[in-house]
Amino acid sequence: MHSMDSSNDFSNLEKALLNFDLPQADWIGMREVHEKATHRMVRDGNPYINETTVSHGVMVEVLAQGQFGYAATTRRDPQSLRSAAEKARDQALKAAQFGVYPFTTKHRPPTQKNYQSTYQLPFQEKTAGELNATLIRICEKLKRSSKIIRTIALAQIVETEVKWVSTNGSRASQKFSLITTDFEATAQEGSVTQKRTDGGFRGRSFQGGWEHFETPDLWQRVERVAEEALELVVAEECPSETTSLILMPDQMMLQIHESIGHPLEIDRILGDERNYAGWSFVQPENFGSLQYGSALMNVTFDPTVVHEFASYAFDDNGVEAHKEHLIKNGILIRGLGGIESQARSQLPGVANARACSWNRPPIDRMANLNLEPGATSLNDMIASVDRGVLMQTNRSWSIDDFRNKFQFGCEYGKLIENGKIVKTVRNPNYRGVTVPFWNSLKKVGDSSTFGVFGTPNCGKGEPNQMIHVGHASPACLFENVEVFGGSA
Amino acid sequence: MTLSRSALFDPEYFDHLNQYSFGLLKPKEFLFLSLASEESQFVRLNSAKVRQTGTVQDSILTLSLVYESEPGRLHKNSYSLTLTGQSYEDQIGIKEAVRRLQTEVRNIPADPYAELPKDAESSHFEKRGTLLESSEVISQLLSPLNKTDLAGIYSAGPIVRAMAHSEGQKHWFYTENFSLDYSLYTSSQRALKGTFAGANWNPDAYAQEVRNAQKQLTLLESKPIRVPRGIHRAYLAPAAVFDLVTMLSWGGIGEASIRQGDSLLRKLRTGEKQFSPLLSLEQNFKKGEAPRFNSEGELAPEQLILIENGQLRNSLISSRTAKEYGIASNHACPSETLRVPVVAAGSLKEADILKELGTGLYLSNLHYLNWSDQPGGRITGMTRYACFWVENGKLVAPMETMRFDDTLFHLFGSSLLGLTETQSFIPEVGSYEMRDLGGMWCPGMLLGGMTFTC
Repeated sequence: MHSMDSSNDFSNLEKALLNFDLPQADWIGMREVHEKATHRMVRDGNPYINETTVSHGVMVEVLAQGQFGYAATTRRDPQSLRSAAEKARDQALKAAQFGVYPFTTKHRPPTQKNYQSTYQLPFQEKTAGELNATLIRICEKLKRSSKIIRTIALAQIVETEVKWVSTNGSRASQKFSLITTDFEATAQEGSVTQKRTDGGFRGRSFQGGWEHFETPDLWQRVERVAEEALELVVAEECPSETTSLILMPDQMMLQIHESIGHPLEIDRILGDERNYAGWSFVQPENFGSLQYGSALMNVTFDPTVVHEFASYAFDDNGVEAHKEHLIKNGILIRGLGGIESQARSQLPGVANARACSWNRPPIDRMANLNLEPGATSLNDMIASVDRGVLMQTNRSWSIDDFRNKFQFGCEYGKLIENGKIVKTVRNPNYRGVTVPFWNSLKKVGDSSTFGVFGTPNCGKGEPNQMIHVGHASPACLFENVEVFGGSA
Repeated sequence: MTLSRSALFDPEYFDHLNQYSFGLLKPKEFLFLSLASEESQFVRLNSAKVRQTGTVQDSILTLSLVYESEPGRLHKNSYSLTLTGQSYEDQIGIKEAVRRLQTEVRNIPADPYAELPKDAESSHFEKRGTLLESSEVISQLLSPLNKTDLAGIYSAGPIVRAMAHSEGQKHWFYTENFSLDYSLYTSSQRALKGTFAGANWNPDAYAQEVRNAQKQLTLLESKPIRVPRGIHRAYLAPAAVFDLVTMLSWGGIGEASIRQGDSLLRKLRTGEKQFSPLLSLEQNFKKGEAPRFNSEGELAPEQLILIENGQLRNSLISSRTAKEYGIASNHACPSETLRVPVVAAGSLKEADILKELGTGLYLSNLHYLNWSDQPGGRITGMTRYACFWVENGKLVAPMETMRFDDTLFHLFGSSLLGLTETQSFIPEVGSYEMRDLGGMWCPGMLLGGMTFTC
């Protein structure tokens, strides 16, 4: 009962759609979402979370007099769907004379695409008991010293099926398999406490199956995380100075997300988010001319990368998704705006109108947002630095509501002197201002430094929506950055 | 608003599902049920126009199964599913959920800190409101604006939180409320923030709220000044205090966070650091803004003193943490986060705020706070909305956005000079997954120094 009919069976939705005959409705669309999320977590070798959540409902959207209205419901019988459509139509009609833009049916283009995540090891192949046993073993391996006071290991898998039908001929589906894993060791010595994780807060997030969890290097990573936690509690504080900064890909993902992704969202530029997530320093006239970063900077919106977390074939407005450059050789050329934002702003955008589930309307979101690799190896990058800090793995983030001034913190730092790594430093933080920071980009790592990451936790929108996004990047070198350590 | 009479808001329907669920249990099995339902109208506004408008009917039932394989040896898992309010379909879903839980729970290791249901007090709370008719919302929201640029979200409708367990305990919490979380903008895009919320829509009160906000907006018309980085005296309005105190829910006030090395309060407990004697914080459910019960049915004390005159008197302790560390629970929710915190008022009169501030920053709101060194209590964030530079007790001009980076031990410690004699209620208006309940009562706060970095 609580699994959606097979992806190519649209009979329930189509039958309901045929029977609507809704006066004053110019267009009706229905997006049915069935999502099963399973979260397992072990702390200090004991089960902590073993939970499954199944969410299933339908978002009914109606266009009337140039305004979209919506009604989302858990009831999926034809009568309830009709009732939802009436509510959505009534919402639209009441708002029509006050709308921000006169939308038409061309803002919901028909699509017949189908998409499915690819995977090697399906989620069904591992039982709850087997997964708990692996997570417990990770905790045991992490606990290599009495100074390790807490160990955590977790895996979260999400299976989502989306069906999309509309009165102008959409009949499309997408099936996603998403996996997020993490483990962490917290070490304490005296009054110093330090935590090290496997890629940051849920940073190891991919499309696919268990092949992204039990990788050949899993146990080496476990060893390294424990070792580095122990290193950090006896490390010196990161120095406070203006210096060279190398960011590894598991911090670059956050840097890209906060200082490129959010400011380029066209709904923010249009002011939709002013009351919540914030605005953007980017102005419409900046597209095509703003030197966002150095000429080494090439940023793409790429929903086609096979195992990246937010790949898909079409967005939740039914627009087919393609790879596009947003920033080319440092120049801003395209924004992150779906078909509605493109119409309102007259700016070039992408297929990124996404909703977190059946119970929220689509808004402009990041999907896969990547910095393309350059030509410098990590060794050459380090060798080029007289003095600087290498930072790895995000742990803290804060940026102003125009996405200008930021301060980010990492778990793990290395001091570089005369082209060599000399020691570990703890509490490495840095701050900057977006455009000057990206213009201080001096070297971009080659494909050997490239890392693919993601996060299930990008928050935005009113009502609020948490959505998954992917980010991939090489290591990068920035110059003249203000770095500093933790509290005294 | 014409309220739904859906079964999802009927305690008898919840009873019906409870009895059905408990009837599926096998020997040595115990079941906790938690229900969260809402029927919401959302109107999203930008430039005082409608960006998006719609309704959401949602309901999630969480079943947590505990299996006692041997006396005292407990295995636990949970399964959540959306409910429709249609009995036949919901029963099929519950039956499948229980079957899956029963199969899985025997396949996972014992959880030494799981708890069996306790025989305890049940509760029933209902608060009806007078909400706007759905068809009137947009015209009522927009009519007093008179071309003022507004962005925000109107949310309204009934909310249910309920729980029951197989040993007979049951709690029911039903409320009807609305909120307009908004910001108003000048032509130069300076903004001020407000929230108009409650259980009974009052058009006159709303019109007055808009008039007051429009009047304040004129203060933001002048050109903003750039304040140099450094340490400045500051007054934090209640909404800004709310943001600082909320950080204690991010691995601060929870006992597990203190024990496991995350929390800054470890240093407070050991005496390594101190808060000011002016600071007192409690959790208080007396006004009914949020349910007292947690997902295991435990009732939190109606009033719990957390920090008294700068001393840590209590942390939030869930039963799981209590069992792990051999201490007494105060029936916190499993996440050990603040639910209805109250920061004690002080003696600073509203009329004296600017005079007492002298020269410094008046901060209406903060934004995007995060720990930059969590065990050290170091925090960073931004100023936002109506913030002003004040000289000799007079507002001089709005200020450009600034970043601060300071420790809570400093801000709530040696820097704290005073708190206002009145408190404001700052409602929780978040809506990730579902609309939040609760909020914080807090006063404004006068600081002798706050560190701004850029």
